[in-house]
Amino acid sequence: MAEFSVIGERLPRVDAREKVTGEAKYAADYSLPNMLWCKLLRSPYPHARILSIDTSKAERLPGVKAVVTAKDFGGWTWGWMPATRDEPPLAVDKVRYMAEAVAGVAAIDEDTAEEACQLIRVDYEELPGVFEPEEAMRESAPKVHDYVKNNISVEYHWNFGDVEKAFAESYIVREDRFRTSRATHGYLEPPAILAYYDPTGYITVWASKQSPYFHYRHLAACFKLPLSKVRVIQPFIGGGFGGTKNDSLAGDFCAVLLSKITGKPVKYVESMEEELVTSRRRHSMIVYSKMGTKKDGTLTAIHHRVVADGGGYTAVGPLSLYLAGFATTLPYRLPNFKYDAYRVFTNNPIGAAMRGHGITHTRFAAEIQMGMIAEELGIDPVEMRMQNAIDNPKPGTIYETINKVTLKTCGLKEAIQKVTEDPIWRDRNKTPRKEGNISWGVGLSGTSYLGGARQMGHQACAAIVRVCEDGTVNLITGATDCGQGSDTVLCMIAAEELGIKLEDVNIKRVDTAYTPVDPGSYGSRVTILAGQATQKAAREAKRQLLEAAAKTWQVKSEDVEIRERKVFITSDPERSMPFNKLSKIACYSGTGAVILGTGYSGYGLEPLDLTNGIGNGGTSYSFTAQSARVGVDMETGKITVTDFTIASDCGRLLSPIQAEGQIEGASVQGMGQTIYEDFIMDRGKTLNPTLLDYKMPHSTDIPNIKLIDIVTNDPDGPFGAKETSEGSIVSTPPAVVSAIHDATGIWFKELPITPEKVIKALKEKL
Amino acid sequence: MKQIRLMVNGESHELSVPPWRTLLEVIREDLGLTGTKEGCSLGECGACTVIMDGRAVNSCLVLAAEADGKQIVTIEGLADGDKLHPIQQAFVEHGGLQCGFCTPGMIMSAKALLDETPTPTEEEIRRGIAGNLCRCTGYTKIIESIKAAAGNTEEK
Repeated sequence: MAEFSVIGERLPRVDAREKVTGEAKYAADYSLPNMLWCKLLRSPYPHARILSIDTSKAERLPGVKAVVTAKDFGGWTWGWMPATRDEPPLAVDKVRYMAEAVAGVAAIDEDTAEEACQLIRVDYEELPGVFEPEEAMRESAPKVHDYVKNNISVEYHWNFGDVEKAFAESYIVREDRFRTSRATHGYLEPPAILAYYDPTGYITVWASKQSPYFHYRHLAACFKLPLSKVRVIQPFIGGGFGGTKNDSLAGDFCAVLLSKITGKPVKYVESMEEELVTSRRRHSMIVYSKMGTKKDGTLTAIHHRVVADGGGYTAVGPLSLYLAGFATTLPYRLPNFKYDAYRVFTNNPIGAAMRGHGITHTRFAAEIQMGMIAEELGIDPVEMRMQNAIDNPKPGTIYETINKVTLKTCGLKEAIQKVTEDPIWRDRNKTPRKEGNISWGVGLSGTSYLGGARQMGHQACAAIVRVCEDGTVNLITGATDCGQGSDTVLCMIAAEELGIKLEDVNIKRVDTAYTPVDPGSYGSRVTILAGQATQKAAREAKRQLLEAAAKTWQVKSEDVEIRERKVFITSDPERSMPFNKLSKIACYSGTGAVILGTGYSGYGLEPLDLTNGIGNGGTSYSFTAQSARVGVDMETGKITVTDFTIASDCGRLLSPIQAEGQIEGASVQGMGQTIYEDFIMDRGKTLNPTLLDYKMPHSTDIPNIKLIDIVTNDPDGPFGAKETSEGSIVSTPPAVVSAIHDATGIWFKELPITPEKVIKALKEKL
Repeated sequence: MKQIRLMVNGESHELSVPPWRTLLEVIREDLGLTGTKEGCSLGECGACTVIMDGRAVNSCLVLAAEADGKQIVTIEGLADGDKLHPIQQAFVEHGGLQCGFCTPGMIMSAKALLDETPTPTEEEIRRGIAGNLCRCTGYTKIIESIKAAAGNTEEK
């Protein structure tokens, strides 16, 4: 008999039908009778004092029902940690980035609301701005916030081993400056909310949030209501990828407050331009990387000094900088590591989380630098990686890094081996190196990402499995599928545990009035934590069912098993009954019992050590090796990526179609940030605020992608699963950059590598 | 206000619309067909794609008045009762969607392509959906889905 009957099967998503028919409703698709529309007035300056706001003209415009400004929020501010609650719903005394929201209007339609915004008079006193993080750190720089020194919003200094001694004893030491791009999530659904603050003092919202329980706490705190009176009903989410849809936005707070004032439902839908100029995007980080190795390429030490552009507020910045540091000791053995990190306020839009959060920056720097050192030493880059890669720990043993990150499985070496046996790498010297103007190159990377993220609190994560009398099952969790496929994976876990089919399990979306609390969709945590909670809840429901079967058959419950909707005695499989019959017996057993299994996750409970960087940031760690083949037009600088081969150690693929889609999608997103995507900023103003000018990959740009599955079966994950997708957004930039180096002989250290940069570098090389 | 008549998914609608109202606004707000999505509102993302007189168009760029007398098909008009259109079925089976926000527009572009070119090459598929952005899938499984729908399942 196969090990599993549902896990590992190529089953379609549980929400596919609703999505292909257009029935799936997203936040902007909801309407209520007598609904008003909200629009925001945004700042035309990146840094300015607000001297006065006059809303009287706007209020007199026919159709306008209410106007709110910062004073209406009573000085409430919010943030990721108590010490960093520096952000108000609307700008109070000054604006800190361009297009920060200053006022909100509710009117009978969107056009009237927009017109009213134009009638609000704000007197600003423009202040000198600061836009480069290294300039902002100087004593003389304009101050974005008064509560910190030198605009430093987050600062860490961690030290493991003795890097100075190690550098002194190294055969080679390199120091390079790297910089990552100003990239954003690029989901197609702009943030939206429909809010109703009813007269009994109860908030109900339909909002595009990938972590709805953050929003639920924000609304309760902002409006001083008990949590039991805040109901976030989750629509389908049109993509998340971290950042913006994890947080609450000015439009959310204003829609709720305007609903409270007017007594009517209020809808707010952001325009794509508003989204692109204000999104809580990936930080742009400057990474000063110093790396030492022995003569044979063995790594001796890394010192990273990171300066991140934080923009106007702190948001999730403390976590971003933590992640950019703690995982530098993966996936290669590193005996000495020092990390000095600064997240700096500027008058740019806010830097926050995005898929591959934190790790993508420093791993890009370290991978490229390792390639440079291999080249200098005349060592094959594959050999250099194999020699330094962490071995897969023997079952029952743990590998611990110098900063006490612990691994139970590591498939990196196997992944590198598989990728190098694949034709893209293996035959790289058999294919032409140059055809006309095109110079071809192949590159390789080996990287890691965390799964099952920890955070500072709010880690509780539960599931409820309710068995209906007809043998179907309701799965109730607080987890959010924002597109990644977690609803499907969780239903598959429940079906596997219960011995039934995927179509027997139904999952509904989050409704904070009924679903158990959950941290949200970030840090590749849902499959691992909500998956474990679901597994435990299903096991508990199954235990109750088996007890009913045992009672019926007068046997012990451990002698009964359920597989493929059939309940049977293991020693005598002929004695059996269908699952739906057992469900009926169990539900009508005369005890009054309801078959209800509950479970919660026990992973990731210790808070993160932000101060010292010691310990785990995740529950387990994925490992990825990737090759990339590129063609560089040596005349125009245009880069075409033709092939990716990606070997991922995701522990075990629970839902292969969904996992493959995640890995493919993340690698293409990673390709975008490597060669196309960047907000072009001029003194705080975004010069490319449309999808025409902010270039994301189209269908005509993508490479052929080949995936290789490395199974390591991690003990800390449901059915051995680790994370998927964030791994390949980390592995893609260094693989592409080393391929570009192979094609051009140039190591590019700043992303994205646009044609202009290629041409400039080629000219300088001559 | 302008009086217009639209045939949407085979049903006739008489509407009175201001001259600046877009076909997308009419479809979503007046007809309540919210399967068609609004992404960028500038014709770049393709989430609002519908088929107008046999051609895929960005409904955010078409004024409702321009659509007067035209035959419109939206995502809601593809399935035959409970039976999915073969393109929808292929997207379901081959994982051609994730968050689903680009999906209606993507499927409408795929339909316009296959109506015109029943067995497209991979290159033609890529070009056929070049006006539709998808941020989740990296397009690979969308291309496979369209190939499968075309009965063209050869390996690329």
